[in-house]
Amino acid sequence: MKRWEFRLSGTGGQGLITAGIILAEAAVIEGKEVVQSQSYGPEARGGASKAEVIIDTKKINYPKVVIPDVLLAMSPEAAQKYGSEIKEGGTIIVDSSFIENFVNEKAKVIKIPITKLAKEEIGKTFVANIIAVSALVGLTKVVSFEALKEAVLNRIPKGTEEINIKALEIGWRWAQEKV
Amino acid sequence: MKKRKARLVQGNRACAEGALAAGVRFFAGYPITPSTEIAEIMSEELPKLGGKFIQMEDEIGGMTCILGAALTGKKVLTASSGPGISLKQEAIGYAALAEIPCVIVNVQRLGPSTGGPTSTAQGDIMQARWGTHGDHPIIALCPSSVYECFTLTVTAVNYAEKYRTPVYVLLDEIIGHMREKVEFPDISELEIIDRKRPDCPPVDYLPYKIDKTLIPAMADFGTGYKWHVTGLMHDETGFPTGKPEIIDAQLKRLMNKIEKYEDEILLWEDIETDDAEILIVAYGSTARSAVEAVENLRTEGIKVGLFRPITIWPFPEKALRSKLENVKHIIVPEMNYGQLSLEVERVCKDKAPVSGLYKVNSLPLSPNEVMAKVREVL
Amino acid sequence: MRPDLQHLFRMEKLPHIWCPGCGHGIITRAIAEAINESGIDLDKTVIVSGIGCSSRAPGYMNFDTLHTLHGRALAFATGVKLANPELNVFVITGDGDATAIGGNHFIHAARRNIDLTVILFNNNIYGMTGGQYSPLTPTGKMAATSPYGNPENNFDVAALAIAAGASFVARGTAFHDKLLVNSIKEGIKNKGFSLIEALSMCPTSYGRRNKMGSAADMIKHLKDNAVNVVTAQKLPPEKLEGKFLIGTLHYKPYREFTEEYDKLIARVQKEGK
Repeated sequence: MKRWEFRLSGTGGQGLITAGIILAEAAVIEGKEVVQSQSYGPEARGGASKAEVIIDTKKINYPKVVIPDVLLAMSPEAAQKYGSEIKEGGTIIVDSSFIENFVNEKAKVIKIPITKLAKEEIGKTFVANIIAVSALVGLTKVVSFEALKEAVLNRIPKGTEEINIKALEIGWRWAQEKV
Repeated sequence: MKKRKARLVQGNRACAEGALAAGVRFFAGYPITPSTEIAEIMSEELPKLGGKFIQMEDEIGGMTCILGAALTGKKVLTASSGPGISLKQEAIGYAALAEIPCVIVNVQRLGPSTGGPTSTAQGDIMQARWGTHGDHPIIALCPSSVYECFTLTVTAVNYAEKYRTPVYVLLDEIIGHMREKVEFPDISELEIIDRKRPDCPPVDYLPYKIDKTLIPAMADFGTGYKWHVTGLMHDETGFPTGKPEIIDAQLKRLMNKIEKYEDEILLWEDIETDDAEILIVAYGSTARSAVEAVENLRTEGIKVGLFRPITIWPFPEKALRSKLENVKHIIVPEMNYGQLSLEVERVCKDKAPVSGLYKVNSLPLSPNEVMAKVREVL
Repeated sequence: MRPDLQHLFRMEKLPHIWCPGCGHGIITRAIAEAINESGIDLDKTVIVSGIGCSSRAPGYMNFDTLHTLHGRALAFATGVKLANPELNVFVITGDGDATAIGGNHFIHAARRNIDLTVILFNNNIYGMTGGQYSPLTPTGKMAATSPYGNPENNFDVAALAIAAGASFVARGTAFHDKLLVNSIKEGIKNKGFSLIEALSMCPTSYGRRNKMGSAADMIKHLKDNAVNVVTAQKLPPEKLEGKFLIGTLHYKPYREFTEEYDKLIARVQKEGK
């Protein structure tokens, strides 16, 4: 397997760091090497938020993304700020609930109304991050659906299993339709 | 070796878990980014082990509170960053002079002043050495991975106890906040050191005795030794003295007690140094970029190696010099304007020129930047 | 030195460093007397101090003693007590040490109501550095750094401690020796933060600048202007003009920090939360 670099970006409070941790934990479940890091404003909510995950089969030295294979953008600001930093032939997933008219010549752009799906199909916008990470895995197959599901169930609060599994399934389904 | 199952763990958590594994049962501190996770984890875990956590009213309180706790016999830890570490300096000097074992985790952030709370930096290298006033010994350990955050915090607690001294664990924001797949050693596999306690009757006890070991035994408060602790210059009994010959003898003991044991204190790692003509000296998160650079440049046939000091203080001077046989140029990448470079230059300047690669703008030094610097000096 | 108190002192460290006429020796002896009469375990007693004239007292006292940094005695003492609640922990501090540089620790130790017996030697001045004004130097008084009279307002440290959450607050003086001993004993008995403000006199740095006469005149001043808090209740306000109250000013037993923390440990270990 090649080195995969993921950048998950959006607004503070959208659960992107949690999504990054879940992706990284799924990689740990599969015995892969992984480093997760983040950058954010000092404020807990509302500031720009960015999580990075690197997955490889060999030891990872430099822990930061150099040029992402996959970018997830969950806010117009994030799409604007990070949209141009993408590997040639990479993938950009944008939350089309917030981002309109996004184009990129280098990468394949996948538009999914992530937050809208969370709201309309589940009734809870806070599972948008799970839909997003599931779509991301569904498009890249960097880890298996089973490993991702296990990682999600390890991380989420008790009593929210059902809606999170539903979120996983929605994300996965959209990814399959877009492939 | 028996190991736990692999987990995804954050650097700050690894420090907290390492401290607990080493026997730390008292934490006092004050919330500050990017070190706060350590306090949060200690507040959750210590009561489970019968230990104590307290969030003090300020950074100075955090530092001085752990010193009080250490005097009752507890292994103690505090954690902070930037402005908080600056505030703790007077009390760190007290710990050095009164010889109270304690560990200070400094998750370095961009400075000076408030600087960048969530930005990485390595600007506290010289502060760790000379931050408090007056001459004093210090030990500072610098992890480059989440795994090392655990193991080196264990080492730090052991060193603090063994040498009766404050010990820093110097993280940077990247190391503190990143998560990695790790499998920590089981507690049963760790060497855990407790401070030497007096075996003499209280009447014969000298808390600052000058003997061959240079490290006096330390009695727990409340065990009948009735000894005196002060930040004033003191004699073997611990009481203040103004006699120049006694001050001289005690300060010499203090300075020498770390130097005497350097062979067992010093830690470093070296990669591809045997035939290296260009040597990179790097530490903390920057060392990871240097490893990547060395691996990449070696595939091009460039004879480059890495020397990574793990004990920043004391500096592994002899070990570094032993790697210089073929070295024509030394590069020191740092996220500061050349702090450890000064030390490397002191140690190596008669053997090879030293060039710094400095970056202080909230971003990490990348492998590409290190490689570019190597090519520049080729 | 009274023979029955000698075992509480490091006799070989005496005589002390305080100036002739200083009230600190009397207060130090009162602390020893209170400890002696309380019958607490001397091996389990720790005396902590900060920096200043008063903070030299522990050096003369035969216990585990901790002479710390300026202002930080209460933070060190918090560590000692929380780490080992079995210990009887005393804090000896001064007006500058406790209420200026250590003011933050003072209000928070009181807020936590941690079981410390704090004796604040109040001589209204920074003695050791040569007589600069402190937060307890009354407005208008002369000091090395207030050569035109102190322009600042002063704290009432007893009121400060009460407001911050101390469960026991008393005031005594170097003259009212028996009352001071009793106040300290009450403070020892109280399971919580106990402040005993002990009014001292500094003829060298404070009395001299404020034309208060000899040490004997200064101690007479303490005698003449103190009104017992019990007596004061029966006096009309005009009789209390310019006077200060002595005795127990506040006593309200309240949840104590180290006991609460031990309960927390027991709960977490049993129920996991």
